[in-house]
Amino acid sequence: MPRLRLAAVGGAVILAFGAIGVAVAAAGGASAVTIDNFTFSAPAITVAAGSTVTWTNRDDIPHTVRAVDGSFHSKAMDTADSYSFTFTKPGVYNYFCTLHPKMVGKVIVK
Amino acid sequence: MSGLDRDGESRRGALRCLAWAGAGLVWTLAGGVPASLGLEAAAATRRTSPFSFVQISDSHIGFSKPFNPDARVTFREAVAKIAALPRRPDFILHTGDVSQLSKDSQFDDADQIIKEAGLPVFHVPGEHDVLDEGQGRAFLDRYGKGSKGAGWYSFDHAGVHFVALVNVVNLKAGGMGDLGPDQLTWLKDDLSAHGSSTPIVVFTHIPLWAIYPDWGWGTDDAAEALALLRRFGSVTVLNGHIHQVQQKVEGHVAFYTARSTAFPQAAPGAPGATPGPLAVAAGQLREVLGVREVDFVARGHALAVTDQTLA
Repeated sequence: MPRLRLAAVGGAVILAFGAIGVAVAAAGGASAVTIDNFTFSAPAITVAAGSTVTWTNRDDIPHTVRAVDGSFHSKAMDTADSYSFTFTKPGVYNYFCTLHPKMVGKVIVK
Repeated sequence: MSGLDRDGESRRGALRCLAWAGAGLVWTLAGGVPASLGLEAAAATRRTSPFSFVQISDSHIGFSKPFNPDARVTFREAVAKIAALPRRPDFILHTGDVSQLSKDSQFDDADQIIKEAGLPVFHVPGEHDVLDEGQGRAFLDRYGKGSKGAGWYSFDHAGVHFVALVNVVNLKAGGMGDLGPDQLTWLKDDLSAHGSSTPIVVFTHIPLWAIYPDWGWGTDDAAEALALLRRFGSVTVLNGHIHQVQQKVEGHVAFYTARSTAFPQAAPGAPGATPGPLAVAAGQLREVLGVREVDFVARGHALAVTDQTLA
């Protein structure tokens, strides 16, 4: 079992498991996913129900975030734009960029 | 100038191509359908000689980065190149990504600029053109009159059958470009009206050949479309999306991808690169942007495809 690390991000507390980018946010907490070089920085994140996930595009080309099941979708995010969604129901939410569908990620809501 | 040499093709296929490319007398449709967009009706009746058209692509109006702070400027230069061609082309094909973010103001700007060429324009959307809330509604309202589904259509011009395909909507997670079953059904029906000696020009945004799947540079169900095109003696596929000139020949099908007028992209799979904009040194931008002229004047049995930079 990897050792838990505590990191304060924007006032929210995120528990990160090792270095593989899996994070669990407390209920009502916030998690951040950045988009760099056509990649979601945390391809899979685990959050508690009620958490808000914010995606920020740091590429110089627009990207989107769209759930495979259609449950959420962003507008096109230009450079430095962000999109947030609050996950209220537990489940596994696969998502992708509709401009570059090779870019995929998932949010696991506990 | 680069022509496409089809030596090695079947003799029968080559002779057919030779016939349509070389002589005015076969510039008629073998059982073709009436044009859906009305362009050729006037042109074809007064013209029996070969013709040319131009392809322009990936204008990305709204793109603004330090190495090209205003994509309108380079687009206008590209349109000026077209207007200055020694032989006036019959029309322009824009193979998508007119805009950067599908904004009305970006489409407006593009329309104002391309109008300066004084030529009819045929469009297909790129993935940047379907980012409105209606996922392409704004593009269709503007450019899609008479089209089907997500904006596909065909028309005939001087004996050549032109097919506009849309492969940027309803994309699937983990996938590439996608035509979808409805469009493929339409394509089968559309092509069935044409004899195999009819030259076909397909234009679309994302390549129909898998240039680099890891970057999404291909179309998942392209094989089904290409199977429908296989019986034709001459098929030319024009696309944009990857912002560079690439070409290959497969059987009777010649594939060409075009330069952008806004920014270049890296060579397929270049080490350390992404499929995003490739920054270039000041002063070199115009060497990697451009327009394409496709000339149906016979050169043996080859089409003449000329790629011209903005430099």
